[in-house]
Amino acid sequence: MSAITHLQFLESEAIYILRETAAQFQKPALLFSGGKDSIVMAWLARKAFYPSKLPFPLLHVDTGHNFPEAMIYRDWFVNEIGAKLTVGSVQKSIDDGKVQEEKGHNASRNKLQTVTLLDTIEENQYDACLGGGRRDEEKARAKERFFSHRDEFGQWDPKNQRPELWNIFNGRKHFGEHFRVFPLSNWTEMDIWQYIRQEEIPLPSLYFSHQRKIIERHGQLLDASTGIIPLLDEEIPKVKEMTIRFRTVGDATCTGAVESTASTIDEIVAEVAAARQTERGTRADDKRSETAMEDRKKEGYF
Amino acid sequence: MDVLVNPTESSLLRFTTAGSVDDGKSTLIGRLLYDSKSIFEDQLLAVEESSKRRGDAHVNLALLTDGLRAEREQGITIDVAYRYFATPKRKFIIADTPGHIQYTRNMVTGASTADLAIILIDARLGVIEQTMRHTYLASLLRIGHVVLAVNKMDLVDFDQAVYDRIVAEYMAFTAGLEYVPQIRPIPISALNGDNVVDHSTKTPWYVGPSLLEHLETVQVKPESVTGAARFPVQWVIRPISDQTDAKLGNLHDYRGFAGRVAGGTFCPGDEVVVHPSAMNSKIVGIHTFSGEEKEAISQLSYSITLADEIDTSRGGMIVRADQPIQSAHEFDAMICWFADKKTLKPRGKFHLRHTTNDVRAVVTEVLYKVNISTLEKSQEVLEFGLNDIGCIRVRTSAPIFFDAYSENRITGSFVLVDEQTNNTVAAGMILKPIVDAFEEDAEVTI
Repeated sequence: MSAITHLQFLESEAIYILRETAAQFQKPALLFSGGKDSIVMAWLARKAFYPSKLPFPLLHVDTGHNFPEAMIYRDWFVNEIGAKLTVGSVQKSIDDGKVQEEKGHNASRNKLQTVTLLDTIEENQYDACLGGGRRDEEKARAKERFFSHRDEFGQWDPKNQRPELWNIFNGRKHFGEHFRVFPLSNWTEMDIWQYIRQEEIPLPSLYFSHQRKIIERHGQLLDASTGIIPLLDEEIPKVKEMTIRFRTVGDATCTGAVESTASTIDEIVAEVAAARQTERGTRADDKRSETAMEDRKKEGYF
Repeated sequence: MDVLVNPTESSLLRFTTAGSVDDGKSTLIGRLLYDSKSIFEDQLLAVEESSKRRGDAHVNLALLTDGLRAEREQGITIDVAYRYFATPKRKFIIADTPGHIQYTRNMVTGASTADLAIILIDARLGVIEQTMRHTYLASLLRIGHVVLAVNKMDLVDFDQAVYDRIVAEYMAFTAGLEYVPQIRPIPISALNGDNVVDHSTKTPWYVGPSLLEHLETVQVKPESVTGAARFPVQWVIRPISDQTDAKLGNLHDYRGFAGRVAGGTFCPGDEVVVHPSAMNSKIVGIHTFSGEEKEAISQLSYSITLADEIDTSRGGMIVRADQPIQSAHEFDAMICWFADKKTLKPRGKFHLRHTTNDVRAVVTEVLYKVNISTLEKSQEVLEFGLNDIGCIRVRTSAPIFFDAYSENRITGSFVLVDEQTNNTVAAGMILKPIVDAFEEDAEVTI
């Protein structure tokens, strides 16, 4: 008998977790951002329940600061895999006075998403949210469980997590509590790309090399073509046309680009293999402090 | 740099690391990541900055693995951390477990999914009580391979006599274990990188592989791959639709049992027994999203259809008819107790989770506790506190379908969940069923 490859193992493990989630919870949802990790997760969910449709909806927490390409892709993808889509709107949370927009030119709605996410979970009574987080992404994520318990305030307590042994996942909870479930915990960025290549999964065009107006701010290449990021007066003359692609796709205000001519999956895989920076190195949200991710996760972030 | 593994040929090795505080475990992992070029510039820069702020003499590679605020502040590892790296030959998942007070709980957790354990020894201290505890746990959890990493060889002048004495002492200790893993001793210096990735010029007397060479080439085969065919049912796929699928035809009557093979191999046409009803049937189809498969192999996920309409659902178990499974509602098991605020007492009631099954359970008897430093069994105090290990007898509200843990780590394991807090409070490894309440002392072979 031939040994299984690492991608076969990771795929099977993720499918197992997705099925456990459907079986152990009353009303799960799959967090879908249009980023490659959530695309791979939704792709695996389709496989896990085939020939049935997904037994849970996709949930998009919409900051309102989206790249148009990501939204076009989202609607196409949802239709393609025959899923249902629920949208939680950060703009609505702002309009309802539940959160206040950050001020200044570095303002981002990234942190506000947490409130919208927790509200959407409560409104829809979701008891488990599937997330595309990976342990290799960030040091606080390395301590995350597959089945991650959240208290009634949606908070994560990293010092009091349930041990996870063998293939056994404990999703028991009290009323009002919920779980975050991470089927891709054991995947690395390279695994994601190799899997996308193997499965020929279509991606938003943002991931591939293209020309874009860019402003360099604190060493980061930020989008200056959609108008989502307000530019300072002195920045306007510094906007350059560059050949870039995005390594992650999230809220446009904190997603940095990299200079790249990689226009196919093969070229991206080669580029990722040679990269000297983690993909989150392009994320402004992680640069705020050494434990920025841990702090956001404790509050209920993805 | 994320190394490009060949996706069609690479295999996966999962290993765990164990050592006492200051044995240099985090440094070793940092060294493996650093020397295999799995560390990124921004990660290294962040670690350099932290090291400078803390006033460390050199770049503290331990900071790469200690992610939480409290860990970085106190210089300790709180929890199991999972790390990933790859070489062109293999992909690795490390379960890094702390060496301090909660080590048993964390090491048992990390060990449950590991194929190999690296046990670190400080060459100046030799085999100490912690070494024996870690080795006992690796043996209890049935990790097939152990690397005895004799670390800090630089501090004993790379003296072969010191190394040989430690290895001899360790081998003598392990010979007394019920289950002896394959052991590969390696003299290393994690701090300087001797024999970690490359062979060290300072140990000409050592002819074996470097640590990384060994990790890249060691052949691990979970016993479940060759063992009896087991398929715990996770979920029933019923499209309840009149749509026609390109591969499966009309879906109206489709009823697939979804799950992940926990042992052996299934093929279409195989005679099977389906629990809990113990009815016989035959496998008609083995499906994935890609279509029909010729066989279902261990560790992979499938949807299986049967020839007969049999009533089974989540918690059920499909096994090959010629490879029967144990069915019992009372059994003996080794457990490790995980809760720090509650103790385990006889008559304690729990939810028991085993494969995809969830039943209520009562601990009918505490048979003995193990002193994991001396390996002595004791019946003096039968209450289990945090990190205690021992043997209990459990009765469940409904029969469960299992193998001995020594036969299969998936179908032989369970956890106990506290009914009030819902916390996972114990990990269990099944020894043998109690077949008949009137013949409790009868020897049962499984």
